[in-house]
Amino acid sequence: MSGDHGGASAALAAKVRRVEALLEQRGLVDASELDRALTAFLAKGSLASGARAVARAWLDEGFRERLLSHANAALPEIGLSMGGGLQEQRLKVVENTPSQHNVIVCTLCSCYPISLLGPSPTWYKSEGYRSRVVREPRAVLHEFGYDVPDDVEITVWDASAESRLMVLPRRPDGTQGLSEAELAGLVTRNGLIGVAPI
Amino acid sequence: MAERFLPGARVRTRRADPPHHTRLPRYARGAVGTVLEPEGRHPLADDRARGRDAEVQTVYTVRFAADELFGEGDHWVMLGLFDSYLEEDA
Repeated sequence: MSGDHGGASAALAAKVRRVEALLEQRGLVDASELDRALTAFLAKGSLASGARAVARAWLDEGFRERLLSHANAALPEIGLSMGGGLQEQRLKVVENTPSQHNVIVCTLCSCYPISLLGPSPTWYKSEGYRSRVVREPRAVLHEFGYDVPDDVEITVWDASAESRLMVLPRRPDGTQGLSEAELAGLVTRNGLIGVAPI
Repeated sequence: MAERFLPGARVRTRRADPPHHTRLPRYARGAVGTVLEPEGRHPLADDRARGRDAEVQTVYTVRFAADELFGEGDHWVMLGLFDSYLEEDA
């Protein structure tokens, strides 16, 4: 059995509200406590963080290698971590090259590196994306407006267990001389999921 | 503790359809893949979801050819799979 965030999401949201109300009624949580925890959790997660890691990797070969081999150890070098949730999550960064393209999905639910990308887009949690991208990635990427050349091999990473994934996109041509902040400004959420080039 | 599978090992996933939560997707059951690397040790999700004491197991990144999973396609699919989902492909 697996989760369904599509059709069942309204029923799930109602269930969560009911549990929340009961917890508050019985004095187990303060009404504002949950809001504070949620706000703090989401404030830590922002696309700016993932973009900064990518820009640094484009400029610093050593950092790039460390990010690809041991992402959790590399992130603190630029003041980031995967520890925003209840426990630190393992991050795997996968690199796009002229011959390899990577795209991420969570087919069982909606696992996503929130601390580096911010909250996930609705389509990422949709039944359509989750079921189709593992099976026909070229067709799905085409629908995103991205036609991957035939000679480029595609790897779909299904975040099925304990790891979170992020794509290290290819640095765009003609960006020599740009600063780290300028490069970070080019990075998009879809690029870090792997459904678009940068 | 030694890992049961080394990078490059050929493994087959379990075919069973358990009547409870599992992190072995249906599309990847009974399929042969290649171990890429261990991801660390974690409590088995199937046990945690049922509120049981969860056995701590190694999770492996396993690479599958799309053709093996779906009977078509030229891409690869990577999955994180708990040790007990896997057996050696003889």
